[in-house]
Amino acid sequence: MAARAWTGAHDGPPHLVACHDCDLLIELPPLADGAAARCPRCQYVIGRGAHETIERTVALTVAALILFVAANAFPLLTMRASGNETEATILSGSRILWDQDNGGLAALVLLTTFVAPLAHALAMLYVLVPLGFGLRAPAAADVFRWMGHVRVWSMAEVFVLGVLVSLVKLADMAEIVPGIALWALGLLIPTLTAAMATLDPDEVWDRLDRSVEMDADPVEAPRAPEAVRPDGEAAP
Amino acid sequence: MSRQRTAAAEGMATCHDCHLLVAIPGGDDHGAKCPRCHSALHFRKPASLQRTWALLVAAVVLYIPANTYPIMRVTSLGRSQADTILSGVVHLLEGGMWPLALVVFVASIVVPLAKLFAIVHLLISVQRRSPKKPVERTKLYRLTEMFGRWSMVDIYVVAMLAALVQLGSLAQVEAELGAVFFGATVVLTMIAAESFDPRLIWDRRGPERPHRPPSARGAAEGRKPGRDAKTAHVRKAHG
Repeated sequence: MAARAWTGAHDGPPHLVACHDCDLLIELPPLADGAAARCPRCQYVIGRGAHETIERTVALTVAALILFVAANAFPLLTMRASGNETEATILSGSRILWDQDNGGLAALVLLTTFVAPLAHALAMLYVLVPLGFGLRAPAAADVFRWMGHVRVWSMAEVFVLGVLVSLVKLADMAEIVPGIALWALGLLIPTLTAAMATLDPDEVWDRLDRSVEMDADPVEAPRAPEAVRPDGEAAP
Repeated sequence: MSRQRTAAAEGMATCHDCHLLVAIPGGDDHGAKCPRCHSALHFRKPASLQRTWALLVAAVVLYIPANTYPIMRVTSLGRSQADTILSGVVHLLEGGMWPLALVVFVASIVVPLAKLFAIVHLLISVQRRSPKKPVERTKLYRLTEMFGRWSMVDIYVVAMLAALVQLGSLAQVEAELGAVFFGATVVLTMIAAESFDPRLIWDRRGPERPHRPPSARGAAEGRKPGRDAKTAHVRKAHG
């Protein structure tokens, strides 16, 4: 019987999962597209019936990356006061903190508004684009695993609120013009949210399992333990 | 409750990163690695309560200077004014910008305080093995994880104002020490929430012992053939 044994098997017979938040063992039945299964004990969403989400996620991530480039290439806010004009970009916030000898804050702002969002989007594409063709990029599992940790520190949506608060705060004292970057950021948030809502990590792990290593080295031993690979190297 | 089994009680661990359910023969998770994503496997996050307490205490300690020291200094036409988080909110209120004052008040004062209290409540209730309202406490944990990041708003406001207002002696905004402490508090509470294991809320309720070493045989394959044979093709861990 071709029962798939790990979480995220979307078809086939029910399979055993443990709730992430309360550790209850649950037999998860196959889920229809768009359906979600909640833990009967703590109501954590233990599985989503989402199929073929990778292509959609890639499209949304590419869009998010383009918006991110735009958000960095143009000014967020421009201030005009007493004949002077100052422009602030995403990066200038952390640069000015650095110039004020505030390295810790500069690093925190740089990490959460630039490094983490960029690394997150690039990591998604690195893993998902080859996976769309049934291929596994080198170290894809590690990259995808670290992506989950990086995601927590990507705070573009909080940053937008911070920029808006600054805008209103200064509007009293000077002329403040919202720049193209603010619109790009404004569009980036729903795009990123949609990309993350579309992505089903279980499906990605499932497909990583069944994918073929890119430039597979014939000397290299099979990656996964042989004991529990019911459907072998079957291509999707 | 007795019919509900947890993975740990059956000698299985869920990979924290990829959610793969893995059987750990012998019931010792020390050094076990996920066969799929290679991250370390644990029945429960290691030393979850101790780590969370340590990070929380550090966050509380830093939260005091975060509020007493000014977070930014506005210099304008020779006059210099330093604002703490709270005085910044008061100034916004005085200026009639109450929607903005509300946003900053919620993000910078309500959210961090609520988060500190929520984590303390979760830690103490778990340590006292409280059987009360586990669903609500699990939800509280999820909310804590979800909303903690919004405290960063004030840091971004300081960064943006500093980047925009730099007209030398005419007008300038500088970040001050309070912002550093506040940033550290936010980061520490985020890591504290991450190191707390919500499954502990459920573990301490009944007589069920999560770390009971199960028999190696039972954990590996088809423990109860009648029920599990179809489904529990659970992988074994590396190492």
